[in-house]
Amino acid sequence: MNCRAEVLEISVEGRQVEEAMLAVLHTILLHRSTGKFHYKKEGTYSIGTVGTQDVDCDFIDFTYARVSSEELDRALRKAVGEFKDALRYSGSDGIGQISLEFYQKKKSRWPFSDECIPWEVWTIKVNVVNLANEQERQICREKVGEKLCEKIINIVEVMNRHEYLPKMPTQSEVDNVFDTGLKDVQPYLYKISYQITDSLGSSVTTTMRRLIKDTLAL
Amino acid sequence: MFTKCYRGFSGSMEPAAWSSWGLPSAKQIKASISITLRRFKLQDSFYEIKREFNLAIKDIPEVTHEAKKALAGQLPAVGRSMCVEISLKTSEGDSMELEIWCLEMNEKCDKEIKVSYTVYNRLSLLLKSLLAITRVTPAYRLSRKQGHEYVILYRIYFGEVQLSGLGEGFQTVRVGTVGTPLGTITLSCAYRINLAFISTRQFERTPPIMGIIIDHFVDRPYPSSSPMHPCNYRTSGEENGAAYPSVEDSQEVCTTSFSTSPPSQLIVPGKEGGVPPVPSQPAHGTQADHERMVMCTPLDGALYSAATPSSSEDTETVSNSSEGKSGSPHNLLETIFVRKVGAFVNKPINQVTMASLDIPFAMFAPKNVELEDNDPMVNPPDSPDVESPLQGSLHSEGSSGSSTGNTHDDFVMVDFKPAFSKDDILPMDLGTFYREFQNPPQLSSLSIDIGAQSMAEDLDSLPEKLAVHEKNVKEFDAFVETLQ
Repeated sequence: MNCRAEVLEISVEGRQVEEAMLAVLHTILLHRSTGKFHYKKEGTYSIGTVGTQDVDCDFIDFTYARVSSEELDRALRKAVGEFKDALRYSGSDGIGQISLEFYQKKKSRWPFSDECIPWEVWTIKVNVVNLANEQERQICREKVGEKLCEKIINIVEVMNRHEYLPKMPTQSEVDNVFDTGLKDVQPYLYKISYQITDSLGSSVTTTMRRLIKDTLAL
Repeated sequence: MFTKCYRGFSGSMEPAAWSSWGLPSAKQIKASISITLRRFKLQDSFYEIKREFNLAIKDIPEVTHEAKKALAGQLPAVGRSMCVEISLKTSEGDSMELEIWCLEMNEKCDKEIKVSYTVYNRLSLLLKSLLAITRVTPAYRLSRKQGHEYVILYRIYFGEVQLSGLGEGFQTVRVGTVGTPLGTITLSCAYRINLAFISTRQFERTPPIMGIIIDHFVDRPYPSSSPMHPCNYRTSGEENGAAYPSVEDSQEVCTTSFSTSPPSQLIVPGKEGGVPPVPSQPAHGTQADHERMVMCTPLDGALYSAATPSSSEDTETVSNSSEGKSGSPHNLLETIFVRKVGAFVNKPINQVTMASLDIPFAMFAPKNVELEDNDPMVNPPDSPDVESPLQGSLHSEGSSGSSTGNTHDDFVMVDFKPAFSKDDILPMDLGTFYREFQNPPQLSSLSIDIGAQSMAEDLDSLPEKLAVHEKNVKEFDAFVETLQ
């Protein structure tokens, strides 16, 4: 099974990074979350209801809808916060990317650990720009808002292609497909990672990987 | 047999936090389309979709009612799409279509698809996509700012989609497609991108075009036109179609700098006599519109104020009151009130005219009545406690004017045109302001007439006052000692 990969690119000002990333990630997770499963006898289960709420951005002329789960919001904010700090302090030109990967766990026999098989990866490439004055910032507010509107439409188009989705699991397998750790919502298993591109244009991760491979090749 | 039965129950586990911003248009769209999706009964009755696709959407009763009325127990079919039209209506009655959300059905069936599982989940995904897309269209930002200048309205109907009202270059977003055994459902939104219409038409006096919208569709299934409904649900208790404020065309829009009194009443000048009932109002201050001076020649002690030299532009207003109190017809009363007209109204200036006055500077013409007898300072009227500061000033002007009225031939009256102010369109704020403050009203205590009048009274009461003071000599002395 091939992993579906989608890439979104956006240029934002430094203070807009957090909100822009949250908007995109929340929109994706809105589509990739369900209510909590409540299994019953005879293999049936019922799905809880998911609430939604609107979030107005402070630095962008934009509003997005997200799942009204504080736990999920905290988890995303933590990841985006780390990405933002890494962007700021890396000394790079302000280019980085954050990836949201949905995966399934495949149980392996001992002693091998469980395998994580991604089935959908969303990559958001961010280019941070520096603006000189307030007027440019105001224009940037509106433009980034419009860009985010386009990104949301892109996301929705991809979601509604109805391509591969993991099968609804039985009770014993639900943890291999869904993240059941949250108390009010059940997203598909996901992980967030990020890369910061240094000024040489190559990411730190790929450089490290190349070094390791070169070392092993010797 | 189906081993899994998908059921959802609302609200028990997940906190359903609602949008505190009250997004009207999106909620209504969601509600109406969710109703349609909910009633989409598929062949397998075991899996009739009863819940809200596990997505907590608050129903708005009015929208539910409208959607059910439009549905009339049927479902979208080929050539019979369910459409939700979102439009904007300004306070002046202009309206404009912003979006049309369309739930269509075609005949492309997917017989092998699993209804209980796949279709249900895909419809749930479609609703989530709808939630996301409704925040993205331009109408969303407009709906957030609706209020006094404009409101957002919605209308639900069945039939062919009419996109011509969206202007040129409208864009379409396909929210999603779900194949079912009965056909393929497609949800899309066409939205206007040319919103410049609003700003250019804001001040145009065009008749409202609601009629066009109502008659928009040729073969409407319902004989009666489906009314537009407001999308504003932030305040409770609003009635249908009456939720948005409407600004009056003219009269009461006037703002004054010096008075908050109600607008004056228009009275057609009549020479035959009979006084139109005049509400006893406090006099008005300077108005901000085209206005005319009030000119009257009362017979009895009714209050009046003389007019300053009037031209079509430089005017001040005084209203009369208490004519009604006299109760007797004033045959010579030619009182004309000024009709307040809203700013930017292209009404002819001479709509309110001194029709009965043929000569210019008529106020300077010799009057039949002595001024002093009708001097409000001498014979203060009974009624209003509030007198316009202008009244006195006009009186003083008038008196000065009338005193020289006989010699008005020696004067050449020049229009008072303050610098940097225009005469033709905007009212003479600057001129009236300048004139008024050049001629402040006389202090009543300094007025000679009043002084003369009250001096006699003071003299009469002086002995009594002296007697009282003498009684209190000791108190006064004690007071003086405390000061030392």
